[in-house]
Amino acid sequence: MFDNNLRGMIDDVKDGRMDRRAFVKRMIAVGLTAPMANQILAIGGVAMAQSPNPYKPTRRGGGGPLKLLWWQGPTLLNPHFATGTKDQDGSRIFYEPLASWDVDGHLNPILAAEIPSIQNGGLSADAKTVIWKLKPGVKWHDGKPMTADDLVFNWEYASDPATAAVSIETYSGLTVEKIDDLTIRITFKKPTPFWANAFVGAYGCIIPKHLFAEYKGGKSREAPNNLKPVGTGPYKFVEFKPGDLIRGEINPDYHMANRPSFDTIEMKGGGDAVSAARAVIQTGEYDFAWNIQVEDEVLLRLEKGGKGKALFAVGGDIEFIAINFTDPNTEVDGERSSIKTKHPILSDPKVRQALALLVDRDSVKKAIYGRAGRTTANYLNGPEEFVSKNTKWEFSIEKASALLEQAGWKPGSDGIREKDGKKLKLLYQTSINGPRQKTQAIVKQACQKAGIDVELKSVVASVFFSSDVANPDTYAHFYADIEMFQIPMTQPDPALHMRRYHSRNIATKENKWQGPNFPRWANKDYDAAVDAADTETDPIKRADLYIKGNDLMWQDNVTIPVMHRLAVEASSNTLRPALSGWANQTDNLQDWYRET
Amino acid sequence: MSQYILRRLMIAIPSLLGISLVLFVVLALAPGDPFSELATNPNVPPEVQAALRAKFGLDDPIYLRYLHWLAAMVHGDWGFSFVSRVDVDTLILQRLPTTLYVVGSSQLLALLIAIPVGVYAATRPYSLFDQLANTFAFIGFSLPTFFTGILFILVFSVKLDWLPFVYTSVPGSGIPWLLEMIRQAIMPVMVLGLFQAASMTRFVRSAMLDVIRLDYVTTARAKGLGQAKVIVKHVMRNAMIPVVTLIALQMPAVFGGAIVTEQIFRIPGIGSLLISSILANDTPVVMAVTFVFACLVVLFNLIADVLYGWLDPRISFR
Repeated sequence: MFDNNLRGMIDDVKDGRMDRRAFVKRMIAVGLTAPMANQILAIGGVAMAQSPNPYKPTRRGGGGPLKLLWWQGPTLLNPHFATGTKDQDGSRIFYEPLASWDVDGHLNPILAAEIPSIQNGGLSADAKTVIWKLKPGVKWHDGKPMTADDLVFNWEYASDPATAAVSIETYSGLTVEKIDDLTIRITFKKPTPFWANAFVGAYGCIIPKHLFAEYKGGKSREAPNNLKPVGTGPYKFVEFKPGDLIRGEINPDYHMANRPSFDTIEMKGGGDAVSAARAVIQTGEYDFAWNIQVEDEVLLRLEKGGKGKALFAVGGDIEFIAINFTDPNTEVDGERSSIKTKHPILSDPKVRQALALLVDRDSVKKAIYGRAGRTTANYLNGPEEFVSKNTKWEFSIEKASALLEQAGWKPGSDGIREKDGKKLKLLYQTSINGPRQKTQAIVKQACQKAGIDVELKSVVASVFFSSDVANPDTYAHFYADIEMFQIPMTQPDPALHMRRYHSRNIATKENKWQGPNFPRWANKDYDAAVDAADTETDPIKRADLYIKGNDLMWQDNVTIPVMHRLAVEASSNTLRPALSGWANQTDNLQDWYRET
Repeated sequence: MSQYILRRLMIAIPSLLGISLVLFVVLALAPGDPFSELATNPNVPPEVQAALRAKFGLDDPIYLRYLHWLAAMVHGDWGFSFVSRVDVDTLILQRLPTTLYVVGSSQLLALLIAIPVGVYAATRPYSLFDQLANTFAFIGFSLPTFFTGILFILVFSVKLDWLPFVYTSVPGSGIPWLLEMIRQAIMPVMVLGLFQAASMTRFVRSAMLDVIRLDYVTTARAKGLGQAKVIVKHVMRNAMIPVVTLIALQMPAVFGGAIVTEQIFRIPGIGSLLISSILANDTPVVMAVTFVFACLVVLFNLIADVLYGWLDPRISFR
């Protein structure tokens, strides 16, 4: 039986003609142990079945078409240019990273043979190097083998400023070198406890060197394959119309056994979220719709007797109100909200505390977010090990009023509190977005009862989030007293999320308002905690440092968390998508199948 | 005649320049940023957003950007989309066939309804048919397409489940493919066509009524010609002159797409390209689409004028 037969059987498993379990059984029959059989498969080039997602199909293909509806269609298919998640989602159908994030925020190997760890020698104790081993036998869609050279090239490509890649930050501050054809070493300039950024997740998708090598740097835009992706993913490219449609077909050489299940894939763009939910949940025209930011009430109505349902994925996205610690109404050297000033009202901790008591998170959840939100006192809401249990929140107009009394704000003749002839008046801004305007109204009402006059302002999203230096209405200029929006957590690690509020990152005219610390909060203890966490290699100590940072923000009321938001998707009742709040929707696309 | 056309074309150049300047300045002054999506992504530091702005020339003064655009346009280079980094002409050409098919069919449908109904209603003014036609025409052009579109979806897709409401390009060929293409276009074509037909019916009817009472029509009847011949050969031919002008002036809309309807049914046409580009602040695409639209309006105005003279020889070109 051996040799020729064994070779044939390994190939059968590789191509999905034979079940892994059947292979192991036969090996046991000839006297081998199960782990040994698995090792034979691994040496033979079949990946270890490590994926934590349940997957039932026992053969590749045969699942028919998969129809996805993205109400904002992907506009480009080069993962290094992906401006929004929609573009990352589209690219991810064809391109793959070394590993992606699963439901619990743990790494799931895709192109990697295994996840680096101290035990397997992939990680060094000083957190300065990572060694990744590639899965052997992975081929690009055009048949060329994928090797370590491709990974090195991706680093060179993305880190070259002339390429104008959006992923530049992911690939800077490190070097990538080839050890052999299937092994690379990443060396960081300084200790990096969170090492799984380059080659992991959305910006970790790997493009082929042989097709992009000529288009590195200034000529990046001219690469014909920007529009015709050739990747390693479960589906091969068929057609792309920017903003409208992506079509793909099954990759018969895909490197995971029995995957993918669907024969073709279609991602349609355009329209709006409500009608996308309708097309999936009510009429069943499509199998899956992305990012259904629709009031829960509407979703519940559609779900009645429908063909689909809403799915919720827990990540760390936080909708919050930020407090301005500087004075937005005084100009210093041509700059408002300058760090040389102090906010006349909000610099008093009692007033900030009162404001936090006036945000009725339960009502916001009930009236607006429903199943898509969780109330929280924390700014940092995941993964589990980083969530503080020392904080609490409550809604109480009486307590808020008492605090304001203590701080010397007495009600005036018109019911608005005043102190030294100054009215307690706040400007509250946010972007134009249905749920946000409703939240504004709920907060304003409570504030009024406590004697705070709140003026509401809403700015078009494309202006509010713009980096336009000349526009005073951006969130970074923060020419208001308080402002509200959502900051997504794009990876299950708090480093980037928490570094934002370090005092060296304060947004000023000098750094063209590019400093991400827009509340302009400065706290030495917080700076120290975040700095220490940046290089702390003990995971438990590191988590404690971030929890300390979160608690400092809570004590000082820098931000008032409004809602821990979940990702909302619409799916047909028979589809079994593999989703994670820590990843983009298509990040585990190879594991999707249909229940029959 | 050719001298007249040449002169008109020469006059068009400064007006097109003026249009392009106004469009460009308005777009440049409009606030916003094509990279605003990057703002809250903690993976992407703000310097990246700023570097992209600088690379795509968004920080240059307006006059410089306009001159760059104009110079490139003269050389036939329409620029590239900031959002998809694809050449603008590729984007537009990709979208044009769908718009021509959907909006073209709806215009055709409108004509097929408006001309017979308008003509018949005018031959029997204030009859029951005329009253009914008028009532429906009023209802038709009073209801906006975003309303009728959603109404159609609720009735034909959600309640009856007859028609799909997401328009997508169907793979394949042959008869089944053709049937599917027709099936998914029924609702948008109906919504647009009925709206157009309503106002056009009113127009055809009044144009016919203007002519039908003239003396030469009575003369034709006195000659003993049959009703059908009088209406078709004598009345319609003259009444159609303003209608032809109207149709010619509506032709740019066929190329420009229907913004609202395309959005509702997810039709990948020029209209939805324009609206998504406006929302994304993708200036080169917005500029190209609106400018092409302006050129078409100027061109079809000229064609309408030429046609007018050809239909009515009393009008001379000077």
